[in-house]
Amino acid sequence: MTATPILELRGIDKSFGPVQVLHDVAFSVYPGEVTALVGDNGAGKSTLVKCIGGIHPIDAGEYFIEGEPVHVHSPRDAAGYGVEIVYQDLALCDNLDIVQNMFLGRERKSGLVLDEATMEEMAAKTLDGLSVRTVQSIRQLVSSLSGGQRQTVAIAKAVLWNSKIVILDEPTAALGVAQTAQVLELVRRLADNGLAVVLISHNMNDVFAVSDRIAALYLGRMAAQLKTSDITHAQIVELITSGRSGDLGLQNGNGAKA
Amino acid sequence: MTTTESPAAPSRPDPVLRPHPLRRTLDVIGVQNLSLIIALIALCAVIGSQNTNFFLVSNIKTIGTTVSIVGIIAVVQTVVMLLGGLDISVGSAAGLTSVASAMVFTSASSAALGILVGLLVGIGVGLLNGMVIVYGRVNAVIATLATYAALRGLANLISNGRAQGYTGTDSTFIFLAQGSVLGIPILIWVLIVVALLVHLMLRYTDIGRNIYATGGNPTAARLAGINLNRYVIGCYILAGFVAAIAGILLTARTGSGQPTSGSQGLELQSITAAALGGVALQGGKGGITGTVIAVLMLGVLQNGLTILNVNSFWQDIAQGALLVVAVVIQQRRGKLRAYGLPR
Repeated sequence: MTATPILELRGIDKSFGPVQVLHDVAFSVYPGEVTALVGDNGAGKSTLVKCIGGIHPIDAGEYFIEGEPVHVHSPRDAAGYGVEIVYQDLALCDNLDIVQNMFLGRERKSGLVLDEATMEEMAAKTLDGLSVRTVQSIRQLVSSLSGGQRQTVAIAKAVLWNSKIVILDEPTAALGVAQTAQVLELVRRLADNGLAVVLISHNMNDVFAVSDRIAALYLGRMAAQLKTSDITHAQIVELITSGRSGDLGLQNGNGAKA
Repeated sequence: MTTTESPAAPSRPDPVLRPHPLRRTLDVIGVQNLSLIIALIALCAVIGSQNTNFFLVSNIKTIGTTVSIVGIIAVVQTVVMLLGGLDISVGSAAGLTSVASAMVFTSASSAALGILVGLLVGIGVGLLNGMVIVYGRVNAVIATLATYAALRGLANLISNGRAQGYTGTDSTFIFLAQGSVLGIPILIWVLIVVALLVHLMLRYTDIGRNIYATGGNPTAARLAGINLNRYVIGCYILAGFVAAIAGILLTARTGSGQPTSGSQGLELQSITAAALGGVALQGGKGGITGTVIAVLMLGVLQNGLTILNVNSFWQDIAQGALLVVAVVIQQRRGKLRAYGLPR
């Protein structure tokens, strides 16, 4: 693929009080690809994502967007660089409808009042662009949607902003089989549209189904970043559980890379 | 409305349909508001059938003017509740501003100055509430319960517990209390203007949208980049400001600054009206229309009980019962699970 990653992190450290959660993490994401971020519970996946999204400030390390060093201090900064995160706990408001949720915090206005017509049109166009055919009305309350539909709305919300990088934090964790297939199909389509997609997942089937690259975190360290085609199911599981697999991964247990 | 799960549904040509126009109209009025209007009409019919004086224009004007002070407070209570908070201190704030405006008026013999000081006191109270809640991270109920007691004490302290000043001869205060424009009393105009402005803000501006979002899911609102602290403080300042307007109207109506009389119980009445009007205690659901209809209903009920010579102590009981009934209806409608059941 292309030489320059759209998002690149180098040497990221992050501590919460005495607990160091991320050690010298490097991470690269390429446009048009799905990069799966895997790791056991507590490996630091969510923390890494929150650092990328500007929710947690990083203690040390460098953050590059399209090769340019940048500083991200808040979710607004991240959004400004085209980074959108779809959170695990679904940051949607049940009491609002689909359009209202998609424009939450960034409403279109004409003068003082909300420009509902434009927002409705843009939302419809975005959902069409993603070939979403499962919602009946974009004025439906989000509380009336199924888990898969909610996830779809959350993803569409992230895509609406001409974002370049979409990060999905366990989008299929709470979904059934059909809904999972539907969301994964959507994830693949995002990458095919040229976006860089980061998919956090515990489900190896999902990871192998859609990803182009896999990055495995182990106890706050990046164990390996590989092309999905160069690695087997068993090797990834080994990387997740012990941080190494043969020549791959961290060479001395908890220590730094050899 | 039903939802379809199948990933591919080629049978439907247009995936993003607008609801039927009739459905939209019903959505605008709201099923709940419709049932409130029906209840209001029924209530009027029952009281009117017992005593036809109820339908006199003078009596309807009385209802309107009595309701206006509770009404404007209920409107801002609605805003605070939509945000997921509660303001118990509104009654005490109104009492304090009533006393303060009358005392400043007496010593400076300027109605404008008295009103200005009253409004500033209200803004200060709202700011205090908001700061305690946001920066002290105190639960809204506790924070405003504390200011409820403290402000009442302060009002009694500066007034020695007695009515202050005499505004009954001042033209501005007389105009506020008894004047009318286009045949409608000023007090009712104040309610109409406050309710309309707040309604427009909630429905057609991003401020209103963000208030609903914050009440519905504060985490989502914060992640979407909404500055929650600013909204919380802003809403409590609005509540304090409007409570001050209520306090000034109270001074005008009674002709003097009242530390407790007239303002006591406004918090209960406003919360009852908002809850009855369909504002969810959890925040994010409801609107001004429902609250205003509920305020009218409470006014009619109170007036009816007086006309029918019911012991006034019963009115307190009726009010308390109504609050519980309103919340019960709301919880049933919202299909809330039994206490303690997992979601």
